[in-house]
Amino acid sequence: MSDALPPAPSPEGEAHNPSLSRRGLLAAGVVGATAAYGLSAGGAAARSLSPALRRALAAGTVSFGSNASDPVPKKAYENVFKAFTKKTGISVNVNTVDHNTFQEQINSYLQGRPQDVFTWFAGYRMQFFAQKGLLSPIDDVWTTLKPQFASAFQNASKGADGKYYFVPIYAYPWAVHYRKSVFKQNGYTIPKTWAQFIALCKKMKADGLTPIAFTDKDGWPAMGTFDIINMRINGYDFHVRLMAGKARWDGPQVRKVFNTWRQILPYTSSGALGLTWQEGAQQLLNKEAGMYMLGTFVGQQFTGADAKDLDFFAYPAINPKWGQDSIDAPIDGFCMARKGSNSKEAKELLRFLGSAAAENIYLASDPNNVGANKNANKSRYTATQKKSALLIAKSKHIAQYLDRDTRPDFASTVMIPALQQFLNNPNDVNGLVKSIQKQKVAIFGS
Amino acid sequence: MATDIAPSAEVAGAHRTGRAVRLSARDKLALALMVGVPLVVVGGLIWFPTFASIFLSFTNWDGIGGITTAQWIGTENYNQVATIYPPFWPAVKHNLIWLAFLTLVATPFGLFLAYQLDKELRGSRFYQSVFFLPVVLSFAIIGFIVQLMYSPTQGLVNGLLGTNTDWLGDPSINLWAVLVLVGWRHAGYIMILYLAGLKAIDPSLREAARVDGAGEWHAFRTVIFPALRPINIVIVVVTVIEALRAFDIVYIVNKGRNGLELLSILVTNNIIGEASRIGYGSAIAVILIVVSIVPIIVFVWNSFQESEQA
Repeated sequence: MSDALPPAPSPEGEAHNPSLSRRGLLAAGVVGATAAYGLSAGGAAARSLSPALRRALAAGTVSFGSNASDPVPKKAYENVFKAFTKKTGISVNVNTVDHNTFQEQINSYLQGRPQDVFTWFAGYRMQFFAQKGLLSPIDDVWTTLKPQFASAFQNASKGADGKYYFVPIYAYPWAVHYRKSVFKQNGYTIPKTWAQFIALCKKMKADGLTPIAFTDKDGWPAMGTFDIINMRINGYDFHVRLMAGKARWDGPQVRKVFNTWRQILPYTSSGALGLTWQEGAQQLLNKEAGMYMLGTFVGQQFTGADAKDLDFFAYPAINPKWGQDSIDAPIDGFCMARKGSNSKEAKELLRFLGSAAAENIYLASDPNNVGANKNANKSRYTATQKKSALLIAKSKHIAQYLDRDTRPDFASTVMIPALQQFLNNPNDVNGLVKSIQKQKVAIFGS
Repeated sequence: MATDIAPSAEVAGAHRTGRAVRLSARDKLALALMVGVPLVVVGGLIWFPTFASIFLSFTNWDGIGGITTAQWIGTENYNQVATIYPPFWPAVKHNLIWLAFLTLVATPFGLFLAYQLDKELRGSRFYQSVFFLPVVLSFAIIGFIVQLMYSPTQGLVNGLLGTNTDWLGDPSINLWAVLVLVGWRHAGYIMILYLAGLKAIDPSLREAARVDGAGEWHAFRTVIFPALRPINIVIVVVTVIEALRAFDIVYIVNKGRNGLELLSILVTNNIIGEASRIGYGSAIAVILIVVSIVPIIVFVWNSFQESEQA
């Protein structure tokens, strides 16, 4: 490689070389890149018009951000929007994102250019973003909706400041699922207390079944068991305070939860940390396992005659003081993004989505959930849906599930590894709760 | 153009006599663009985020509401990461095991394959393709393959061995199960790099070694390996980088939990996603930067020192 610089161009050299010289190519490239950047910047500039101007331009449409990427819920939403457009003439632009990805990107989504309305969850997970000023309060939408929802659903839709930020569409309870044929064949009865539950597990084990299917490769399913045992032993109020960071994790109450949980671990699926929830459902389906504590979405894995054979019961009582008064029943619904257009079309869409009519259309295509609206048409419910609705209705307290009731950073960076650590090493409860408490103080600040 | 080349050749032939070559305005512009544009890109996309990460690691920013909401908290993040964050030390351990495995097992195996294939035995073309094929696969695909192969009930490995081991769910063995396939891919990559280097070795060197009666291993150790010095530097850097940026395969297998924690996973868990602990994740990222830079600096310094002495 010589040290020489490239030879300076001579005028006659350029003139004698009509085809594209190196310099010409470079110049053309720079011009082209600048033009492309200019166009895209111009496009971006057009998209970053003031909300008022955007509203004027978009009158008659509303945009909808959806995490319903699975085919069943996606189709159900399509039907709902068709009905909305037919009724009001406003068209809906749906942007569907993969379910998990949507949640993971929510921070940058809400601060960037979100759609007007988007699917979200009730609970602290919604209040957190309301507090940060990323959701628009929708008290005016709720003036017509209020009489149509039970107080539990109303409270779940409010932010910490008491304003409404959320419109619910459906909920699904977590319960212990089983196959009626297996129970009938072996003469099992539904356990109502913890002692009966353990006795049933022993019986199932003797009969060659895995008594309780259990999977935690995804990290979140174990939270369901923690939640319910905590509410059974310590009551709903303690559970709420624990989730809000107002109670200690290394106190006697939480220790009791883990020690009680340890009693049923010998009866759960082996290799749980390598199994996904779908594989757990398969164990129940194939009659390898007797029971499975999961949300009613487990029904998605059961078809035909198997679906009719699937049933569930509420988790057994542990502390007679609380009985079976609480359940986890996560509520899904919609919020309005503050950085969206906040147009009256968006509010109309929210009003429609909260109505019984929208719920009926949705549930007709996705029958694994229960409508939140009091006036939802229950006559079309399957037996499972009716039972779910009854379970939710007669529960005094409804929790939203650990990863929706507490701070998202606490749930994902602390609780998921902590619960997996418990499953790997159930005897070291002392070390576990101390570690969780330290991390909780670091995250919550106290 | 011939008239142009002569004067510049003259300049090149004569060692820098201090007579600077005049650049025209267009030359200056071309140079400015050719150097400036990549500089801006590298500066903006690599160096700026690096320094921003280092700065953010001393704050508790949660990514919402603009950088002005960040509060300076000094070394608090590092303190928490080192003392109360359970996945951190296992992640460091796993990164070091990954590095050791690649350095001591996968890379030497790649070198061995390259040496054998360099002998141009029968079918060496075929073997080259076979060994290089996994390099073509992205780690995400290899992650899927890992899940299929190691499935407890339906996997190939348990089927062949007749066992029931939970390869991926058992935290004491899943790292090794994954490393086997990582080594499979890495060896192919190293093999191709070394093969190129081996082909560039002067055949007279090998002749001389053979004539002197050196055994194969002796000849390799004393003649061929030192001659591969420039390639060795590249290989070491590549191995260290691959070990420390490992991410996709464990993320696909189980999102990097339960025995498969890595520093890169911890960074993404805290920064990307709902958790959004930007300051905390930046602290882990800075630790990863330091861990990455140290071995490279040490090795490159040694190499340049040796080449200066040589």
